[in-house]
Amino acid sequence: MLEVKNLSVRYGDLTILKNVSFSVREGQWLMIIGPNGAGKSTALNAITQGVSYTGEILLKGCSMEQLKPTERARMVGVLAQNHYVGYSFTVEEVVRLGRYAYSPGFLSGRQKEKEDKTAVEHALALTGMAPLRTKSVLTLSGGELQRVFLAQVFAQEPQLLLLDEPTNHLDLIYQKQVFGLITDWLKNPGRAVVSVVHDLSLAKAFGTHAVLLDQGTCVAKGEAKEVLSAANLNEVYRMDVSAWMRQMLSQWEE
Amino acid sequence: MKIRAEKFRLWEYLVFFIITAVVFCLCVCIGSVNIPLSDIGTVLKNAILGRPQTDALASSILLPVRIPRVLCVALTGAALSVAGTAMQGLLKNPLADGSTLGVSSGAALGAVLAIAFGIVFPGIPFAATTVLAILFAFLSLLIILGLAYKLDYSLSTNTIILIGVIYSMFVSSAMNIVITFASDKIQSITFWTMGSLQGSGYTDAALLGVTLVLCGGVILFHARELNAFSIGEDNARHIGVNVRRAKLLILITVSILIGVCVSIGGTIGFVGLVTPHMARMIVGPNHKRLLPAAMFGGAVFLMLADLIARTLLNPRELSIGVVTSLVGAVVFVFIFYQSRKR
Repeated sequence: MLEVKNLSVRYGDLTILKNVSFSVREGQWLMIIGPNGAGKSTALNAITQGVSYTGEILLKGCSMEQLKPTERARMVGVLAQNHYVGYSFTVEEVVRLGRYAYSPGFLSGRQKEKEDKTAVEHALALTGMAPLRTKSVLTLSGGELQRVFLAQVFAQEPQLLLLDEPTNHLDLIYQKQVFGLITDWLKNPGRAVVSVVHDLSLAKAFGTHAVLLDQGTCVAKGEAKEVLSAANLNEVYRMDVSAWMRQMLSQWEE
Repeated sequence: MKIRAEKFRLWEYLVFFIITAVVFCLCVCIGSVNIPLSDIGTVLKNAILGRPQTDALASSILLPVRIPRVLCVALTGAALSVAGTAMQGLLKNPLADGSTLGVSSGAALGAVLAIAFGIVFPGIPFAATTVLAILFAFLSLLIILGLAYKLDYSLSTNTIILIGVIYSMFVSSAMNIVITFASDKIQSITFWTMGSLQGSGYTDAALLGVTLVLCGGVILFHARELNAFSIGEDNARHIGVNVRRAKLLILITVSILIGVCVSIGGTIGFVGLVTPHMARMIVGPNHKRLLPAAMFGGAVFLMLADLIARTLLNPRELSIGVVTSLVGAVVFVFIFYQSRKR
């Protein structure tokens, strides 16, 4: 579905990503992992054309650069890490914006309107935000806000979902909810997920495939359990990762 | 919390229109010479039907002076308010406005240049001040954008506002240099930079009206994009907004609005800063509703400010910018305090 070939990103003299290639097929959940500053989020931004890059990013064989923003948004949705909304939009207004790519401007017909409404209702129901639809997003907790934006991206009906550390600042309960919802979403045919995660346990639990980045280069890629091997992680993180993980978890044994 | 409709409903348009019309009539009636509403009706009827005027005093004040002035005030208020709303949405910053960006100051510099050096364009129907103000508003925009793009590819809010502040300072020093060179015209320049719509005529009103309809239309057409921007620029890109094109188009439209307003009424601050806030309190942040509300609100606010400017120290007249800044600063602090408390 998505193919990234020789992706390089530079900010002035600084090389953020260097010849990174990976691909994602339908039904896969690709985890992009690596230490801080490895270029994980930049890779996602390149896919949504948020940074200028060299190399090729193909979506179903089409170059992403050639797609119109609305065409891109109909296929690729993004759930970002932080949301700061300055004005008191209602939950429903934010979710409805997810339909932007389907009817920009005033020239949308009745049929389209109905489709939009169905998609918004479905997304609200799926994320459990329907009861809060008329609430101002300024009054929501971080976990609720993240679910609002998850509903927005569901309403967008993409085939490829990009997640940029979606649960980084959230309580465990919300982490579980968000990952649960995305797992269910992925069960439908013709869909794929690419996510940047910090938490290696999450990557191991939910990822089918993984790309391990270190200082802008790709160290390993392939099936998640192979990429997340002790040898790979120890080299990149410069510590005995699995020993540390086991030590952390052993505290919970009673 | 009450449920809000997505668009501005017809009755809401009517309510806002009626309030604006009432304030308009009030402002036309009251002045150095008070004219009763019934006389206004007679004068207007006679003027429209082409009959000779029966009341010489009322018609000599009303038709050539007061009506065009109040009309210009209302249109300027509406235009500045729409421009401010668009800026605040686009930059996701309730403090953004033509004045904070430096577009107003830039436009003012252009107009001051025209006044100070008596620049006249032969063959151009409206005065050189208008052309230069629009030109300088554009130029300011290009400089601000150019600098911002140079410093920050994504054109973030902080960058834009910071550059706007720096640019305003630069422009005001340039303005002082111009004033030093043309010290004989300092009085007309200062009165004009403080903002005044005294003596504006039907041509000004027509120019403002056309600008408001065209530019306001373009901005209203981009209400969804503005909603997306006011939730976040990255979010706008993710849902499929053509970020750079929409941003550029809105900024250019705003600079035309501001350029025309400044050339006719001078720099009238705080209108585009305060009325969108008030409108947002009433109709919410959705631009499909906010933009029309802010437009009417801006017209009402500036008409009332002009009424105070004309009548407070009668027969002397305050400049309108002084009144808006006085009222605006107080209201602004209040709103700011409210939002901090939340």
